[in-house]
Amino acid sequence: MGFLTAHFAAIVFYVLAALAVAGGVGVITFKNPVHSALSLLGTFLMVAGLFVLRHAEFLAAVQLLVYAGGIMVLFLFVIMLVSYRKVGSGSAFLPDRTPLAVAAGVLLGALVAFGVLAGSLGRPGPGPEALQTVEHSVMGNTQAVGWVLYRQYLVPFEIVSVVLLVAMIGAIIFGRKDAGLEGRGGRMEP
Amino acid sequence: MITATHYVVLSLILFSLGVIGLLVRRNFITVLMSLELIFNAANLNLIAFSDRLGDLSGQVLAVFIITIAAAEAAIGLGLIIALERLKRTVNLDDANEMRG
Repeated sequence: MGFLTAHFAAIVFYVLAALAVAGGVGVITFKNPVHSALSLLGTFLMVAGLFVLRHAEFLAAVQLLVYAGGIMVLFLFVIMLVSYRKVGSGSAFLPDRTPLAVAAGVLLGALVAFGVLAGSLGRPGPGPEALQTVEHSVMGNTQAVGWVLYRQYLVPFEIVSVVLLVAMIGAIIFGRKDAGLEGRGGRMEP
Repeated sequence: MITATHYVVLSLILFSLGVIGLLVRRNFITVLMSLELIFNAANLNLIAFSDRLGDLSGQVLAVFIITIAAAEAAIGLGLIIALERLKRTVNLDDANEMRG
């Protein structure tokens, strides 16, 4: 029991990290896209837990709402919308590329891991108070993030809203029935 | 004691998995999911460094990354719908000509 209380944060981290990596492996190995999407959902939830462990409670809530709530529903909608019997036909992987891609991924990981482990990231941070302080008074993570977001990063915030608008218009244009491509006789009827 | 190093290594593993998925998968939808894995790895890094340095800028940048990820998902899934309507497929190696 003493071991459990002394190392509680570490145990939670390793459990969440292992489940997140398992979800990531599931995303790239499952043949059925619905199974991949559910693995990805698991990874999103575990990453939200990891955010809480790093005193980013607001980001954890945003992660749940936007990723697990919004993006995941969008993915599942599209999987259901395209006829996914055709998705299942044939190999799930591009031919002739898997060994090369795995080698590239592992090499990339090993290179960056060398850089990380040779550095001095291991010291502990200053604690959660720094992430909850507004004008020298400790309030909460949400207030603190809002304070920095709307004072220090106001212009990027406005620009990102324009990006969202552009993405919305783009998605509508792509999803339109007469997207202009079909009108020029480009479409091959099966 | 869990430090920023643990988080960076975890983020590294998720990023590499995302890169592998991006390169090997044939299905456009799964490729987009691998991209989301990469976004999540970047967010983990930002949160870990924000805690390590006691600086909130990392968390604010993570908010921006989540916004961009949402925009990317909307565009990408719109592309999937358009591709499926045009070619009756969502496999990337079937979309191999410039002209529709």
